[in-house]
Amino acid sequence: MTTSFVMLLAMGVMFACGLYLMLDRSLTRVLLGFLLMGNAVNMLIILTAGPPGRPPLTDGENLTTDGMNDPLPHALVLTAIVITFALSAFLLAMIYRSWRLVRNENLEDDIEDVRIALAKGRGSGDEAGTSGEYDDTEFGDEAQTPIAGALDLDEDGSPVERRAEDRAEDRAEARAEGGSDTGAEARAGSRRTDSGEPGSREAGSDEPGAADRRTDSDQTGRDT
Amino acid sequence: MLAVLVPLPVVLPLIGAGITLMLSGRRRGQTAVTVITLAIVLAIDLVLLFGVDARGTQVVAVGGWELPFGIALAVDRLSAVMLVVSAIVTLLVLLYAVGQEMADTANETPVSVFNPTYLILCAGVAAAFIAGDLFNLYVGFEMLLGASYVLLTLGATAQRIRAGVTYIVISLVSSLIFLMGIGLVYAATGTVNIAQLSVRIGELPPDIQMILHITLLIAFGIKAAVFPLAFWLPDSYPTAPAPVTAVFAGLLTKVGIYAIIRTETVLFAESNLRTPLLVVAALTMLVGILGAVAQSEIKRLLSFTLISHIGYMIFGVAMGTVEGLTAAIFYTVHHIIVQTALFLAIGLVEQRNGTTSIRKLGGLAVLAPGLSLLFFIPALNLAGIPPFSGFIGKAALFQAGFETRDWLIFVLIGAGALTSLLTLYVIGKTWNLAFWRDPDDTEEPTPELVEEFEERKEAVADGRSWRSTQTMPRTMIGSATVMVAVSVLVTVFAGNLWDISARAAENLRSPSTYVSSVLGEEDGS
Repeated sequence: MTTSFVMLLAMGVMFACGLYLMLDRSLTRVLLGFLLMGNAVNMLIILTAGPPGRPPLTDGENLTTDGMNDPLPHALVLTAIVITFALSAFLLAMIYRSWRLVRNENLEDDIEDVRIALAKGRGSGDEAGTSGEYDDTEFGDEAQTPIAGALDLDEDGSPVERRAEDRAEDRAEARAEGGSDTGAEARAGSRRTDSGEPGSREAGSDEPGAADRRTDSDQTGRDT
Repeated sequence: MLAVLVPLPVVLPLIGAGITLMLSGRRRGQTAVTVITLAIVLAIDLVLLFGVDARGTQVVAVGGWELPFGIALAVDRLSAVMLVVSAIVTLLVLLYAVGQEMADTANETPVSVFNPTYLILCAGVAAAFIAGDLFNLYVGFEMLLGASYVLLTLGATAQRIRAGVTYIVISLVSSLIFLMGIGLVYAATGTVNIAQLSVRIGELPPDIQMILHITLLIAFGIKAAVFPLAFWLPDSYPTAPAPVTAVFAGLLTKVGIYAIIRTETVLFAESNLRTPLLVVAALTMLVGILGAVAQSEIKRLLSFTLISHIGYMIFGVAMGTVEGLTAAIFYTVHHIIVQTALFLAIGLVEQRNGTTSIRKLGGLAVLAPGLSLLFFIPALNLAGIPPFSGFIGKAALFQAGFETRDWLIFVLIGAGALTSLLTLYVIGKTWNLAFWRDPDDTEEPTPELVEEFEERKEAVADGRSWRSTQTMPRTMIGSATVMVAVSVLVTVFAGNLWDISARAAENLRSPSTYVSSVLGEEDGS
């Protein structure tokens, strides 16, 4: 069986780009990566039908299959496209939901994993909790040309809040140096207060800035 | 005549899903339709099992198109066994879910979506089991995965969305790899019919066989949660509602195992990847159970034991002998039922106390003795304590291993025994901490539990009889009890189950019977 090299190359490039995008933590890029890879796979199946340019049907008079494309891969691909379509719609809805819920479409760390890492000592806890520092999103971070009165979608809150959080972290650190495990937990918690997950509740309650952050971040405009 | 029944386990739930969608908002009607549908499917599956066992593989060519051009649906003994077990599990879990639904009327889960999605999940599982061609297997997988995405993110809370993302993205990747495998297989052989593939793949050069084999195994390995591909599972399953976790843990990974069994026997009977599979099996067992040792959340802990015990099934399949396969099939059936029973029992604990963390739970053995028993029986079964089916399955696996006289398999037997002991350790730890310990001694005591425990202590000191004021929904308790009873029945009827597994394994080891019954070149037996 011979196939067109250009098509194979296109397929390879799509696979590579799709894979790269899927490795990202931002969900929109994961979705784009999935679409690219899905289409690359569809192309692979289409290529098994035979050389491009041939019809997948006979003309009805000459009933040999010479010069005809194999119609089955086309049928398979149609099914695959429909499935991919449905799943990307679902994924898109979920990304939107994720963004509505936590103002964040990056993948969060698992609480239990962070807890286990924290139990071993602060160093590894910092390693486990990466989502706080990871700040790469498709839905507006620090805007290039800020619009007056626009929603502040920054994960860290407004600059004022960020300073408040820094102070809270300093306090938590001072406590942690006292030798207790709870300090480390509070630190991890204070970084995660935005996500509204259960792990953050007890830590969030003893610092004033964090408790009302959720309501604030919806209203404060940008002052840069 | 029997062949007429073959498509019904897929068709009926799909019709049921349509009806329940139309009935959305009427909870009773939805529930009635779902329960009746699943009960009928269970009856049909039982008829199929006995029929197939007596008369051999049943094949249907969809739409009357002549095979191998048409789409084949085939039920052999392995498919029939899996169909029956999945029908039992889905029916009981549904009853449990109904009970839970009625208990928390102000639930966050949108009720009208649950029933139709659940039925589609059942249809997808059945479609994967009866698929006679590779592409239909893919469609079956997509049906059950699509439904599972919705079920896992029910209510769309922040935590479930977070867990759902991991699960969905990984599943999507595995589906893409599977689809890619189908494309490559079609390019190499020109067919997707499993029976025809069984013949044609054998004629391919060994290196091409190897590529196809590895692609398909990776795809199925992700779905079955085999060691290096299993990290998504404990992250995603525990956040779902209890009945959903139970049915996922019991069934979905086993569909992957089923696909691996098919790949290893019918499709690639010649190609040999047994050594890597054995290594992977050992790592799955050990890494999984070590993960479980570190956990304090019982649902997560059970998810890790789930991964670990997948290793036993891969071990049985990878041995390649009829005895190994028999043990693998037996173990799969045992594990589906036991794992589901365990998750249902833990769901009851969560319903009662609102937590499943062994850092918070305590004293359940005296406060809720019945509930503790429901956890205790399947837990011992999982750990492989004689005389339960877990012990029989593991003993059979090890015996099949000894007969091969291969040093690598001896190493695996050692790993298997170690895993079994560690499972016992994990179960013992859970039992000691969550069920036996004074709730006041826990790391993070739950006030309700402490109070209840004190009340009981006083009552016993005064010589009064004490009853917990906590009432549990009867349907939930009932279905969990039946599930545990089924797990005990697996032990009681282990002989019969073993016999039918052995016959299924013999069928699988000689793919020509499958081929001839699907393609009809000779009389199938």
